[in-house]
Amino acid sequence: MKFGVVIFPGSNCDYDTLYALKDVLQQKAIFLWHKEHNLKNVDCVILPGGFSYGDYLRSGSIAAFSPLMQEIKEFALKGGLVLGICNGFQVLLELELLPGAMLRNKNLKFLCQFVHLRVENETTPFTSRAKKGQVLRIPIAHYDGNFFSPPDTIQEIKTNNQIVLRYSDDQGQLSEDANVNGSLESIAGLINKAGNVMGMMPHPERASETLLGSEDGRIIFESMIKWKG
Amino acid sequence: MIDRKILEEHNLTLDEYEKIVELIGKEPNITELGIFSLMWSEHCSYKSSKVHLRHLPVKGKNVIQGPGENAGIIDIGDGLAAVFKIESHNHPSFIEPYQGAATGVGGILRDIFTMGARPIVLQDSLRFGPLSSAKNKSVMEGVVAGISGYGNSIGIPTVGGDVYFNDCYSLNPLVNVFALGIVKKDRVFYAKAEGIGNLVLYVGAKTGRDGIHGATMASAEFGKDLEHKRPNVQVGDPFMEKLLLEACLEVMAKDLIVGIQDMGAAGLTCSTTEMASKSGTGIEIDLDRVPQREEGMTPYEMMLSESQERMLIVAKKDKVKEVQEIFSNWDLDAVIIGQVTEGERLKVEFGGKTVVDIPVNAVIDLCPVYERESKIPSYLESATQLEPLPQPENFNQAFLKLLSSPTIAEKEWVRRQYDHMVQVNTAFLPGADASVIRIKDTNKALAVTLDGSSLYTYLDPKTGGKIAVAEACRNLACVGARPIGVTNCLNFGNPEKPEIMWQFQETIHGIAEGCRAFDIPVTGGNVSFYNDTEGISIHPTPVLGIVGMVDDVKLITGPGFKEEGNILILLGENKDELGASEYVKTIHQKEKGIPPQIDLEEEKRIQEFCLEIISLELIESAHDVSEGGLATCLAESSFLSREKTGLNANLRDEIRADAVLFGETQSRIVITSKGQNHQKILDLAKDRKVKAAVIGKTGGERIIISHGDKKLIDVPVDEALKAWRNAIPEIFAIK
Repeated sequence: MKFGVVIFPGSNCDYDTLYALKDVLQQKAIFLWHKEHNLKNVDCVILPGGFSYGDYLRSGSIAAFSPLMQEIKEFALKGGLVLGICNGFQVLLELELLPGAMLRNKNLKFLCQFVHLRVENETTPFTSRAKKGQVLRIPIAHYDGNFFSPPDTIQEIKTNNQIVLRYSDDQGQLSEDANVNGSLESIAGLINKAGNVMGMMPHPERASETLLGSEDGRIIFESMIKWKG
Repeated sequence: MIDRKILEEHNLTLDEYEKIVELIGKEPNITELGIFSLMWSEHCSYKSSKVHLRHLPVKGKNVIQGPGENAGIIDIGDGLAAVFKIESHNHPSFIEPYQGAATGVGGILRDIFTMGARPIVLQDSLRFGPLSSAKNKSVMEGVVAGISGYGNSIGIPTVGGDVYFNDCYSLNPLVNVFALGIVKKDRVFYAKAEGIGNLVLYVGAKTGRDGIHGATMASAEFGKDLEHKRPNVQVGDPFMEKLLLEACLEVMAKDLIVGIQDMGAAGLTCSTTEMASKSGTGIEIDLDRVPQREEGMTPYEMMLSESQERMLIVAKKDKVKEVQEIFSNWDLDAVIIGQVTEGERLKVEFGGKTVVDIPVNAVIDLCPVYERESKIPSYLESATQLEPLPQPENFNQAFLKLLSSPTIAEKEWVRRQYDHMVQVNTAFLPGADASVIRIKDTNKALAVTLDGSSLYTYLDPKTGGKIAVAEACRNLACVGARPIGVTNCLNFGNPEKPEIMWQFQETIHGIAEGCRAFDIPVTGGNVSFYNDTEGISIHPTPVLGIVGMVDDVKLITGPGFKEEGNILILLGENKDELGASEYVKTIHQKEKGIPPQIDLEEEKRIQEFCLEIISLELIESAHDVSEGGLATCLAESSFLSREKTGLNANLRDEIRADAVLFGETQSRIVITSKGQNHQKILDLAKDRKVKAAVIGKTGGERIIISHGDKKLIDVPVDEALKAWRNAIPEIFAIK
């Protein structure tokens, strides 16, 4: 399995993601520079967290126009695995590889904290190592993570079983309190209809070692590794 | 023509002006005068503090760089060095809280990466007026948002710091920002302009009219005309700084440059003159080549602009192209604006004319130094007399009130606005006494803490100075770190007032004594004077940033109880010391009394002992006793435990009950141990001449604290936790 982690100007979880993959999980992983038109034969593309182009416009909106995004879009449409983490999720929404949009967190503040996530769909390449209903403890760190979409879109998302992760409490119960950023349907992680492109607001790379407070994030990467075989 | 009015606007005295004329051998033109006004400002020149700062110990076997550079550097082994510094951004943060605080973060980060280090930690020490005032709330909200906005975007974790509230900060909030970076020991860069004929490159953001006179503004008292000063505050662009950071580190990794200096306070003026001064050379620049984002800027404006996210680089002619290519890959300007010359002069061209021609040393080295008059403040006589206080009728109520006072209450509302996890080095120890940052590819970690109680320094500056050092070191000891270096930010009022100067001198002596006791060098810092508005000065507020070394990151210890049935042990002893405490301030509404005293030798023994039992893996948790006393310390360890474990403690000291619970006697740490480890701990304590006593057990769902036969505190953990946790969010709740 060879991972490619994209660096946009303003990415800041690029090194963290590479570290989790290479140093913690002992996988092959390389950086991909946003200005190039070359995916360097990676098996999976990760769009990392950060503030691409400063996010002065809508989060992720400028990165969606980066040169490398053409290749990534083609790669995704051909079934390649693409994972967007935090800002990466926002970029995938801007690219329309995933449906919906992000609003400001409901308390109108940046939120950096551990949250609990309930695995809703364990059949995806990103969650195949998890059990349905399993609760993961992974941190979030974002300003715009309040997922929103029109009623017909959310209906379609639900019908197609596209909700992969939901904010819950430590027992897996959904509640307004547990849904820290106010996301529609408590959505924390969402997959496309074809099942190869996922976006998630929580940071699995920040939960891959006990020292950092949790190892639950490894499940996401390990699922991808298992999927590839 | 320079007249008295112009001098006043530039904050220069007539004597200083005459000295300038003498030094440069002519009447300065307005641009030259502007340059002197900046570089001779208190903020840049340290003219009132220099003579006193000499008392601080600066030497140590691991010191690679002491005071005088952008940041201090300490050898941390494995071929690595820690580069760190603290700076204030008080004045701008009051005028424009968001941008003031944001650019404070940006500025300190440039100080770190200018030296070749990648920043890995940010911390902030914040002081605000009481949150009962809407203005103070909005200042705090803006400052926190500014720090969050800048630090989160650039991707450097803001891992902690402290927040205190006091009336004296209502018109003068303090924003002190600390940053630390890691560099390979043999890859440190300095602000050098060596090699005649080498080229001077301007990199980063374009120059605008923002921040003109920022440093001068920070060197005067505020009056009622604050609104007019808003244009003096710079505007930050963390995205630009992120690009600048990456590009600079890439250039530095390739050995392409001779020297580099950031343009912070005093912008182009400071960077050109400092670089030349350090190398005994001159610099010539052409302002027409400086990238500008506004039209029609005068040389005066360009030289004095404090536009953010800019750097000056000196590079060899044959490397310039490669440097420019790297910057261009990050979409940044890197423009040749001049060269290094012989003759130690700063020459500035504009529109084909020489607009500045002055000797560099006049600007940098020959600024007057003042030994200002000092006098014991008259308030001390009555303020140190604490009249006999009644004991609270209901200790539970007093306890809950103290826990919910903003200075003691949980600061999660602040902390979760900061990305404190980016870079995946932050060891997870919620609410720990110090933040622990692991160093990748080693077993080591660095611990960082900021500390400084202005109540103590207000009532006894020397003791306050000693305690600030001791307590910061104690915080480090509690997580298992040994102090290795200090940076300090000294926030005071107007140094032209003899009482302020006395506070300053005394505080310095206290800090110096503390640092000598722990054998830790001061590697730099910052003095912020003129924290007065409308004639009211802040309490003297030294903030100590102390860095500690953890040899084995697996052994780090947190403040929270681990499990039920562990033994509670108090290291140190309870004394009848209530003066200057949060208890007296919050419950009795008095800022009075004599602060707790400190015996530095005893303090050191206790800290050494704490480190020893951590390394022997004898303890489960450690938490230092500070504001709010023993009761608060015990409660916090309960709140920070995973299961919200309660406790039952019994104290037998024959002193007042409120002093046992809430007194702030120094040199105390509460630890917990499991099984029979407490026996080993007590035996070892005896051997090490450390006072240690079993005071109770963890467990249950209540916080119970007795004094002799009397149960003083008995409340459910949940109720106390709510008081502590909800206090600040409730103040800021959107209603």
